[in-house]
Amino acid sequence: MNRFAALLDRLAYEPRRNAKIRLMADYFREVPDPERGWALAALTGALSFKHAKPNLVRTLIGKRTDPFLFQMSRDYVGDMAETVALMWPVSHGANHVPTLTEIVAGLNETSKLDLPGRLASWLDALDETGRWALLKLITGSLRIGASARLAKTAVAALGDNIAPNDVEHVWPGLQPPYEDLFAWVEGRGPMPENTDPAPFHTPMLSTAIEDTANWRDVLDSADFSAEWKWDGIRVQAVGGIDEDGQRAARLYSRTGEEISHSFPDIISAIDFTGAVDGELLIVRDGRVQSFNVLQQRLNRKAITPKLVAEYPAHIRAYDLLTEAGEDLRALAFAERRLRLERFIEEAGEKFDLSPQIDFATWEELTAARADPASHGAGIDAEAVEGVMIKRNASIYVPGRPKGEWFKWKRDPYIVDAVLLYAQRGSGKRSSFYSDYTFGVWAPGEDGDELVPVGKAYFGFTDEELVELDRFVRKNTINRFGPVREVTHEADEGLVFEVAFEGLSRSTRHRSGVAMRFPRISRIRWDKPPREADRIEHLEALLSDAAVS
Amino acid sequence: MHVDPTRPVDYAIITHGHSDHARAGHGHVLATPQTLRIMEARYGRDFAGSVQAIEYGEVVTLKGGVDISFHPAGHVLGSAQILFEWKGFRAVVSGDYKRERDPTCAPFALVRCDLFVTEATFGLPVFRHPLAAGEIAKLVDSAELFPERAHLVGAYSLGKAQRLMAMLREAGWGRPIYVHGAMVALTDLYIDEGVPLGDIRHVAPDERKNLGGEIVICPPSTLQEIWSRKFPDPVSAVASGWMRVRARARQQGAELPLVISDHAGWDDLGKTIIETGASEIWVTHGAEEALVYWCESQGLRARPLHLVGYGDEEAEDVAAPVENT
Repeated sequence: MNRFAALLDRLAYEPRRNAKIRLMADYFREVPDPERGWALAALTGALSFKHAKPNLVRTLIGKRTDPFLFQMSRDYVGDMAETVALMWPVSHGANHVPTLTEIVAGLNETSKLDLPGRLASWLDALDETGRWALLKLITGSLRIGASARLAKTAVAALGDNIAPNDVEHVWPGLQPPYEDLFAWVEGRGPMPENTDPAPFHTPMLSTAIEDTANWRDVLDSADFSAEWKWDGIRVQAVGGIDEDGQRAARLYSRTGEEISHSFPDIISAIDFTGAVDGELLIVRDGRVQSFNVLQQRLNRKAITPKLVAEYPAHIRAYDLLTEAGEDLRALAFAERRLRLERFIEEAGEKFDLSPQIDFATWEELTAARADPASHGAGIDAEAVEGVMIKRNASIYVPGRPKGEWFKWKRDPYIVDAVLLYAQRGSGKRSSFYSDYTFGVWAPGEDGDELVPVGKAYFGFTDEELVELDRFVRKNTINRFGPVREVTHEADEGLVFEVAFEGLSRSTRHRSGVAMRFPRISRIRWDKPPREADRIEHLEALLSDAAVS
Repeated sequence: MHVDPTRPVDYAIITHGHSDHARAGHGHVLATPQTLRIMEARYGRDFAGSVQAIEYGEVVTLKGGVDISFHPAGHVLGSAQILFEWKGFRAVVSGDYKRERDPTCAPFALVRCDLFVTEATFGLPVFRHPLAAGEIAKLVDSAELFPERAHLVGAYSLGKAQRLMAMLREAGWGRPIYVHGAMVALTDLYIDEGVPLGDIRHVAPDERKNLGGEIVICPPSTLQEIWSRKFPDPVSAVASGWMRVRARARQQGAELPLVISDHAGWDDLGKTIIETGASEIWVTHGAEEALVYWCESQGLRARPLHLVGYGDEEAEDVAAPVENT
């Protein structure tokens, strides 16, 4: 367990994605089965322990420490599990340090009554980091910034020529401690069979049309179809029948993560055998809601009937990958589309077809993109974030093949805002002030003042970052830990042109608005802050239904 | 007569060379020879009106008949606890101290006394320092796992930096160890005092990009400064007792926190207080409240001194960053 704890500890501090993968791959290479498999289960969120609750931990530490000293320490550390891990009295003597395997087995076989004693004996034997990891593990809050996807990527890295998506493909049929998976990636065994009756299929992705030079001349509009790019989340809804004749229904995110538990309304509507590639949206009274509304439903832990009723989920279908056991991915898009149209007719009211845009020339498509409402999107236009252009002859290829599918996003909203605070970045950017909080003018008690409206940390080049960092260091007026306040007077300061995808009301921000996907589109070295935008400008966007 | 005065006085007794304890401008300074050398290296030849070197164990009798002697504190090279004896009454001022082994200075010597004035930098029960050797192993493992990345270790220039060097040698690290310019003088002083540190090299500015796989020791503040950028994909390690607490480690931007402290942790503070046999404990600089509470729970008379001007040396280093070095 101490080796696994050391890995979690390292991952929690390491900001770089590639370094995290290497740390995990190094662990998997070094640690034998089944220990590493249980570690993989912990990292992918496949473990849960019903009896271990934070309250139990609180009781255990209460018996072992002075309440006054514990309270002082808890206030200082700011985290319950960490405080317990650090304050747990050292118990010298022959304690066997438990392996993760023993802990997983122990947690599953120990009754609720015996759990406190069992847990205490493990805590006695572990070191500070080991105790921290154990407490985080059993209370289900690892939060080490490594997703299930990243852990699977690290597993793939153990093999030659095994892609993360290959691991994702076999994953649904696997159980911890994944010995067959490790055997396969290490070349010691066959590829595990995906026995899932409702498996995930790695999706086909698009490239930005702007990345193709002179695309209007190079691409022949007659070879392509177009449809709206809906602003929801890309999902795969898959139904099938298992060996026992039971219906299986699953919903996957774009990366293959199963999100069925969050959308029981969709799962119960999957009564077909097939795999639909589509966009998950919230549809109320026949009208597609904005992404802001969808966000209210995402990332909720408890999925209550009330939540489901208020935020009814819906799938707008883009493509059909399998139907009744037949793999359609080798067919041309135009052919799959015809199959999809028939399929959706029978799929029930939770599913509908993503409508195609009628166009003959790129000029006509340009006009449709500029005004979706009068080109077929109608009242749903506010949930459109651009158009998708698909080659009629394209077969469905996992990954991001070039030249087949293109996305052409609508133009972002733009605002001129003033730099207020800069914060040091992390990882490669830890010596750069690279995260910028910016504001716009608003009426204050003593005349106009700048109120923060958002934060952005990309959109600029590495060369621009060096210049921005220099500007921050030269114009600092205050320091708060890693944050610097930068000069922002009417005639002195720095203006950013900020691009963003949408705006919503926010109670968290003083300005009352929150931006979606803000980034620095231009640095206006030439513009004095007095010429930056005003909050009224943003409020006007907010009341405009197209943005909310 | 003052111990570690924070403003200039006529007669100063200095426990050790950290800048919050050893300041320039006193009339007369009494300290160990190593501490006097450190002060000279930091402040120049004229850092005090006159100086008097005192070896560990040597007794000096002051006016009024008070005998004073210095005893190893195990904190940094030359660090001392100060024993005052007057008509059989013994009082010890600990200065900063630690009980854990440190190959770069004399080990802590327990001095029995009636009144013990103890530091409390890590005076909360969450500060349980692990064995430093294990933390050094983390650093070496990381340098081996990421051989293309430079490992920058933020450490205080006096004491911690040299302790890391010596412990890396004990762990078998045979490559040159690189140091930031701010550490060169004090590191040379350690070597000159007979502390073996192996091949220590000053980082030349245009050499930084070639130091993938190497260990570089630098002041903590430089980790976030422009200086650190030229190293190949640097790993920011920080060696400090504060790294025990995650929020503190994150605040400092540590990517590889190493819990290595030159101060006694909570368990050693309590153990030392008991072992001195003192019946009265005065607690200074640090988390005084918790330690005073603990002393009282052990039936000892205790009071906080609430002295201002002493920080932990690392906090001070962070507050005064070196720009554009």
